[in-house]
Amino acid sequence: MARDATETRDFGGSVKMRYSAFKIFMQGLTGNKSWKPVWREPDPKPEYDIIIIGAGGHGLSTAYYLAKEFGMRNIAVLEKGWLGSGNIGRNTTIIRSNYLLPGNQPFYEMSMKLWENLEQDTNYNSMVSQRSILNLIHTDGQRDAFVRRGNAMFLSGADAELVDAKQLRDELPFLNFDDARFPIKGGLFQRRGGTARHDAVAWGYARGADSRGVDIIQNCEVTGFDIQGGVCRGVETSRGPIRARKVAMCVAGSSGRVAALAGMRLPIESHVLQAFVSEGLKPTLPGVITFGAGHFYVSQSDKGGLVFGGDIDGYNTYAQRGNLPVVEDVAEGGMAIMPMIGRARLLRSWGGVMDMSMDGTPFIDKTHIEGLYFNGGWCYGGFKATPASGYCYAHLLAKDEPHPNAAQMRLDRFMTGNLIDEKGQGNQPNLH
Amino acid sequence: MIINHPILGPRDAAEFVCLGDACMIDRPDWEAEDAMQQFHEYGYLRDNPAGQHQELWYHEQGDRSWLVLTRNTLTHEITKVEMARDVARSRGRDK
Ligand SMILES: Cc1cc2nc3c(=O)[nH]c(=O)nc-3n(C[C@H](O)[C@H](O)[C@H](O)COP(=O)(O)OP(=O)(O)OC[C@H]3O[C@@H](n4cnc5c(N)ncnc54)[C@H](O)[C@@H]3O)c2cc1C
Repeated sequence: MARDATETRDFGGSVKMRYSAFKIFMQGLTGNKSWKPVWREPDPKPEYDIIIIGAGGHGLSTAYYLAKEFGMRNIAVLEKGWLGSGNIGRNTTIIRSNYLLPGNQPFYEMSMKLWENLEQDTNYNSMVSQRSILNLIHTDGQRDAFVRRGNAMFLSGADAELVDAKQLRDELPFLNFDDARFPIKGGLFQRRGGTARHDAVAWGYARGADSRGVDIIQNCEVTGFDIQGGVCRGVETSRGPIRARKVAMCVAGSSGRVAALAGMRLPIESHVLQAFVSEGLKPTLPGVITFGAGHFYVSQSDKGGLVFGGDIDGYNTYAQRGNLPVVEDVAEGGMAIMPMIGRARLLRSWGGVMDMSMDGTPFIDKTHIEGLYFNGGWCYGGFKATPASGYCYAHLLAKDEPHPNAAQMRLDRFMTGNLIDEKGQGNQPNLH
Repeated sequence: MIINHPILGPRDAAEFVCLGDACMIDRPDWEAEDAMQQFHEYGYLRDNPAGQHQELWYHEQGDRSWLVLTRNTLTHEITKVEMARDVARSRGRDK
């Protein structure tokens, strides 16, 4: 076994198997009996250099890049449930870098470039599919705004393509072009946008981190912080206290609850976002489509289900379920741009808790407590950010200075006046 | 969710919009020494609790009144509905 050239011995002592088409073929011939667990299940050590709280996409990618790019090994990721049980396993998997503002767009384009190489980098099939994303245009004013956005995308090195209704009619004939209220006048494509398999992203990062010696400790809830004289020295957990030189919060929808354990109030409210999936259909939608007048976005999963969603419910909640008015609103959005969707039966719906920030933009920053770091405020757009968020957070943790692409994502930006408000909605989280 | 409006009785929550934490009733004194700090906290920082939460709702598709709901953010159960006006006055505001 150890002589197999495709296996490498890693730091934790377990054996990591490199995946390849040949491996799948050989395993197929031998009854798929010798696949190995993808990560270890270690007990917590008394002390680590860095503790990351939360094994969602961002916590795991942070651990991965810390180990791979910044040479840190003595790291634990603590997860209260099972790895991937949070929003990383609940989202509608859209990846894109079509933001507008300078504090955001270079960060998301960095993420897109990391997505483009993710599977090679982690040797794990995250099913990254650059099937395109289209934002529909319904008014002349909206076209002007999208021209500006497209130019901002070019400036960051991203791709953008403005199309008129005629071209769209050829490409997507099923759209409701002549709707009396919201006629479709064109759209802005990002052809490099698309989708990825959400939980495979978590698994790929987990495997990559684990094989480099990171301890991923599941069923280990952080219940308090050990803060002495303004310095964080570790955490209390459901599996006992663990000391650390640096503690990194990365709990997305639970940000408010976990930060409260350190006595912090955040510029964040927790809200629920619902998602929906239809029965499996034959290939229907080539890419991701978003409504420009209401809030509705849809794509088709590789299994065939139409995956769609819309607005958050709009009130503070930590319950991972929403209410019916939003179901109706989302269904109306779907019918408005794509009446054929009315023929599909809804299979299921679910909700996830969003960390909605005061300006709709996330935070990757130190806190006022030495040794305590914060990553959160991802609103409903944090899946696409998973690679860059992990990379930039790892950079901050390893070097104690922000990565240039995340340098504006600061916790004190409301005090200093440097908001990053893409929508220009002001400090009302449920409007972002 | 059904909101039991103090004047109109039970109404569908879809008729309302939620503004957020009812701490926004307590607007800081703009003449205070630390007004800057206070307005930053008032405008941007939130307790965001898991459990009981007092929050401002506006009856936009109804009588346009502002309400203060006491609602559980873990179960969505609404245990108290008051007119925001009454709450503000009981906290010493004049309107
Ligand atoms: C329905 C829905 C659709 C979405 N669609 C998209 C989309 O199309 N595109 C996009 O870019 N984004 C989307 N998002 C947003 C995206 O999923 C999130 O922003 C992102 O997943 C958040 O980062 P994460 O993966 O690290 O979070 P999570 O996976 O939620 O990770 C946080 C982890 O912290 C753990 N935790 C919490 N408290 C503690 C504690 N005390 N101790 C230990 N561990 C703790 C949790 O159990 C959880 O596993 C969507 C979200 C939802 C819910």
